[in-house]
Amino acid sequence: MAKRIEAKNLNIYYSKFLAVSEVNFTIAPRSVTAFIGPSGCGKSTVLRTINRMHEVIAGAHVQGDVLLDGESIYGSAVDPVDVRRTIGMVFQRPNPFPTMSIYDNVVAGLKLQSGRIKKAELDDTVEKSLRGANLWEEVKDRLGKPGAGLSGGQQQRLCIARAIAVEPQVLLMDEPCSALDPISTLAIEDLIQSLKEKYTIVIVTHNMQQAARVSERTAFFNLAGVGRPGQLVEIDDTQKIFSNPSEQRTEDYISGRFG
Amino acid sequence: MTAVVPTTTLAGSSKGGVRAFKNSLATVLVTAAFGIALIPLVWLLWTVVSKGLKTLTQSGWWTSSQRNITFRKPGGGVWHAILGTAEQVLLCTLISVPIALLVGIYLIEYGGGRLAKLTSFMVDILTGIPSIVAALFIYAVFITTFHGQRAGIYVSLALVMLMVPVIVRTTEEMLKLVPNELREASYALGVPKWKTIVKIVVPTAFSGIVTGIMLGIARVAGETAPLLILVGYSPDTNSNLLSGFQGSLPGMIYAQVPQLGNTRFHYAADRMWGTALTLIIIVMGLNLVARLVARRSKVSN
Repeated sequence: MAKRIEAKNLNIYYSKFLAVSEVNFTIAPRSVTAFIGPSGCGKSTVLRTINRMHEVIAGAHVQGDVLLDGESIYGSAVDPVDVRRTIGMVFQRPNPFPTMSIYDNVVAGLKLQSGRIKKAELDDTVEKSLRGANLWEEVKDRLGKPGAGLSGGQQQRLCIARAIAVEPQVLLMDEPCSALDPISTLAIEDLIQSLKEKYTIVIVTHNMQQAARVSERTAFFNLAGVGRPGQLVEIDDTQKIFSNPSEQRTEDYISGRFG
Repeated sequence: MTAVVPTTTLAGSSKGGVRAFKNSLATVLVTAAFGIALIPLVWLLWTVVSKGLKTLTQSGWWTSSQRNITFRKPGGGVWHAILGTAEQVLLCTLISVPIALLVGIYLIEYGGGRLAKLTSFMVDILTGIPSIVAALFIYAVFITTFHGQRAGIYVSLALVMLMVPVIVRTTEEMLKLVPNELREASYALGVPKWKTIVKIVVPTAFSGIVTGIMLGIARVAGETAPLLILVGYSPDTNSNLLSGFQGSLPGMIYAQVPQLGNTRFHYAADRMWGTALTLIIIVMGLNLVARLVARRSKVSN
């Protein structure tokens, strides 16, 4: 199921503005990788290029390549819609579809991708995905209620259930806990630990303790200088990044002597 | 070194009194403005209801036409006018809604280029076109150039020109209100753009779009200029949009005007107020229905 991700000489643009330059990394399957770095350094931008969500913004484009198990996702014959089916995404703010019930939210991806599916199959997917997102016990009696009626933490887990319902191979998370309280955050972090057995996970976070808690590998991004594009400073085992990083800039950031 | 004691206290400072006065003044002004705005509305409604209600309760008002009824005779009904207006507005709505929805979706979801700017500009211009100009345009094209006969269908076409910009504008506003996060959530699930629009964006904006359609209908249902120019008025029931004079509610009101000053026969005046009230009731009824539809599909946030 899970796949390896490689970025090769990735240059990411908004129109003519070079936002992030020369990013290279390899992410192993069934692992959790955290992207950390100051605001505006391009971590979310890099994350969004991994499932071609970057180009949804007008004028945004990419040079270089991203490979999924050796296969380019930017090839001319590749449909971005197919890429996004393989690589799911969870956003910063919980965004369940407001017109849909909890049930419909979970199967939204399946239904909208492929049309008619048997009811029994949908029921199975709903239970499996909600269990996978640790939400089943809390909502099993009110699947027909609107998804927007849940608490913030529950909504975010609903969004995770929605993302894993389409059985992606990679799960991208863009600051999934930044709008949540500590208890909901803990629930999501526990969830990430169980999800990594099946998926390759990349998580952007501003919370360095979180990066240290959930990830095996950490990538530190920073601006190359004022007015210069963002860059990947280093990527290494999380333990090494937080105890003995190879770059001075990483150590400055980790230890709070940034800027 | 003693600390400076503040001289103002919470109660009784003169500054506080001025502020309270300003606050009361603003409250009075705002409330007065609200009352003034309400006066014409209540006055108008009261006039129409008090003068028109007795006509509405006459036997045959809702079911018969004005066939063989003159200003010297009581009785007759409004059915021919309701039928004509309903047909013209329905046809107009059937043509306008798909065009306007697609234009609105284009401008918000796909636009951004020169064509979108041009389209948006054109919609602005259309919004400001007087109904009589729209009617003359249709007359020039279909009757002068293509030698058509005056008929209800041409009224519908003229009304389309008035209705489309209203619906386009509200559709645009409603689609703008749909958060981008929902579109992104859908794309990230591997849903193509068109399906995201059909299944996520439009349903989220649905209640607002319905309101826009109702505004459009309310805008055109009372239009009179296109009727006078393009179909005329018939006191008989004519359900054929394609040929002949056709009754309509504004047309019927207008047809009573010549006898309003008649001191011996008040039937025309009664009929006029009755028709006006009928028109108001129908438009209000449609609005209520739309509100119910919109509430049922309301987005729970």
